[in-house]
Amino acid sequence: MSATTDTQHLIQAVTGNQAVAMAMKQIDPDVVAAYPITPQTDVVQEFAEYVAAGSVKANFVTVESEHSAMSACIGSASAGARTMTATSSAGFALMWEMLYIAASMRCPIVMTTVNRALSGPINIHCDHSDSMGGRDSGWVQIYNEDAQEAYDATIMGFPIAEHADVRLPVMNMYDGFIISGAIGPLQALTDDEVKAFIGDAPTYPNLLNTDEPMTFGPFDGLHGFYFEHKIAQQRAMDRALNVIQGVYDRFAAVTGRQYNHLMTYCMEDADIAMVVANSAAGNARIVADQLRAEGVKAGVIKLRTFRPFPTAEYAKALANVKAVGVMDRADSFGGVGGPLYMELLSALYQYDIRAKTANFIYGLGGRDIFPQDVETGFRLLQAAAEGADLPKSRVYLNMKGA
Amino acid sequence: MATKLSPKEYVKRGDRLTGGHRLCAGCGASIVARNVLKGAKDHPVVVGAATGCLEVSTSLYPYTAWEDAYIHTAFENVAATVSGVEAAYQSLKKQGKIDKPFKFVAFGGDGGTYDIGIQSLSGALERGHDFVYVCYDNGAYMNTGFQRSGATPLGAWTTTTPTGKVQPGKPQQRKNLTQIAAAHNVPYVAQASIHDFRDLISKAEVAFDTEGPAVLVVLSTCPRGWRCDVAQSVNMARMMVQSCYWPLYEVIDGKYVINYDPKKRKIPVADWMKLQGRFSHLFKPESQHLVQELQDYVDREWERLKALASLPNPGATTE
Ligand SMILES: Cc1ncc(C[n+]2csc(CCOP(=O)(O)OP(=O)(O)O)c2C)c(N)n1
Ligand code: SF4
Ligand SMILES: [Mg+2]
Repeated sequence: MSATTDTQHLIQAVTGNQAVAMAMKQIDPDVVAAYPITPQTDVVQEFAEYVAAGSVKANFVTVESEHSAMSACIGSASAGARTMTATSSAGFALMWEMLYIAASMRCPIVMTTVNRALSGPINIHCDHSDSMGGRDSGWVQIYNEDAQEAYDATIMGFPIAEHADVRLPVMNMYDGFIISGAIGPLQALTDDEVKAFIGDAPTYPNLLNTDEPMTFGPFDGLHGFYFEHKIAQQRAMDRALNVIQGVYDRFAAVTGRQYNHLMTYCMEDADIAMVVANSAAGNARIVADQLRAEGVKAGVIKLRTFRPFPTAEYAKALANVKAVGVMDRADSFGGVGGPLYMELLSALYQYDIRAKTANFIYGLGGRDIFPQDVETGFRLLQAAAEGADLPKSRVYLNMKGA
Repeated sequence: MATKLSPKEYVKRGDRLTGGHRLCAGCGASIVARNVLKGAKDHPVVVGAATGCLEVSTSLYPYTAWEDAYIHTAFENVAATVSGVEAAYQSLKKQGKIDKPFKFVAFGGDGGTYDIGIQSLSGALERGHDFVYVCYDNGAYMNTGFQRSGATPLGAWTTTTPTGKVQPGKPQQRKNLTQIAAAHNVPYVAQASIHDFRDLISKAEVAFDTEGPAVLVVLSTCPRGWRCDVAQSVNMARMMVQSCYWPLYEVIDGKYVINYDPKKRKIPVADWMKLQGRFSHLFKPESQHLVQELQDYVDREWERLKALASLPNPGATTE
């Protein structure tokens, strides 16, 4: 659809949080259980306004903590209700125990995680330490660059989560303040389009089925099926790769906006590439453009689907690249590098790709990332493509006193 | 107010927690669960349980002892989990997607209620979900090997308040969960005991019939952790009630009603403490004063309860 002639899909100026709250209103789930935390707060507040105005049917459970938010979401989803929530940072950390339980009980919950640094020191600004730490919890994780992507991902949440081949919770990330609070363009779907896209919730075994009362969350004490249960979760993740791409494609058919597990930019003939998630992808593309203007074959891969990790697709996209940089907005202290870096190294190794690699840590606790910072990284890659070595240890971008 | 079920009516109500579960012989927890569920009459029920002895012993995959739909997620959050189930039910009912008259009950041990679960319980009570919360109180974390809880009585041996040269068991008195629950001004709170199961069922019935949150705090014996005779399990609860350590009472819309006053038959706490190995160290001369301290505490609390019951309507939620 063309934005200029299409009056049904006018471009609006909204914050990331408003965009997501709008998507939640259009989805109109049966239950929302959430607790406020900066920078997610206005998602909850906006939704509360919709509840107060009677414009949604959702039962809004104003829980007393995020642990209870996720617990209530699990109860609700296990009762067969479409269930959503949103959080950030400390709230995400407080949900920790329940994140694993939500996934292992195969609850198709859709959650927005507005990325914010974990304490301490307490810091309200963006980094990815919250959601990156939850990467092994069994949730599908999708990272989003801007308000439009966050909105679109929210709408695509239930078709992925509820798919019979998947039945896993889905979390969508976007950057705190940078996207959550900044006003950007949004082209929304109509309510009818959203309803048609997500369809009615499928029925799955649930607590309110009197014909077949079932025990949910039993104790795997003596007989030992925990292992097989975990394998089943991994198999669902394997199947999710195709299902997610299918939902992306179906979404493209409706909106013209095509998403893929990884979003490549100038990668066809790239010698050097930067892998980056969320809002900093824009900076990386600007720098790639500048380098291209100089004749440097630079490209960018924006990470979108992180769980499940599309290993083969990264291997394919990077098969002919000489040097790859991975930008991590979170660290894994004492590890090989940041979480994205470790993931990518493993993917490349598995596919016998031996490009030179470097790990750029940036933006922790909301530290700005300027195009010149990304350029610093790209210049190292450029030199490496021409024969220089890359540092084995982390390279910090825009560190004070550097 | 709860009126006791007739024995005839009692036998008519089937068991919704089946035999074959793995709770110890003489365990109070199954007596609590079975009788509470009898109070739900013919309603379909969704049962929630917090991690603890009741939970691990009744849901050993691939078996289950629960005839009703059942959910366990974790230890500290059964009230939150069940509030989510109830919220889903209310939403689906309002949308006309479900018409069965479901009831909801959450079971938690004293650890899962007095301690780690008190926040989620408080939140769920304050939000006013239509559910029944049942704490089966055996006075310690039994499932993990008898550690102290906020419900453990003064002086009791537990594995985290062992008896040693400088510490004669638990140094603190217990807290009063029933009155904490009542302070939420929920419509119905009651204290019950496994030895009087007709009273327990009747209270459960009132709790299920109450619109909004209702809380039952039930004295539940643990012969393993209390180091007492299995055959004396139910009798132990009877004696504890008779000593006024565990008064049977209700708080109905803020009004306290005592259901049982032993009057002249009130027995000293030492009578049952002597029968429980967890207190055996207190009967040595050097720690005898702790028995008296517990006695004084019980007497004081009993007088306070009687004073509360004599007030016209201390909670003032309805008048
Ligand atoms: C968050 C968390 N902390 C600790 C535990 C370990 N744990 C499991 S059950 C339990 C004690 C349960 O005590 P209580 O609630 O009194 O029930 P009981 O076993 O006595 O019936 C503990 C400490 C846990 N499962 N989860
Ligand atoms: S340890 Fe105590 S509470 Fe647990 S099952 Fe045995 S008797 Fe019951
Ligand atoms: Mg206990």
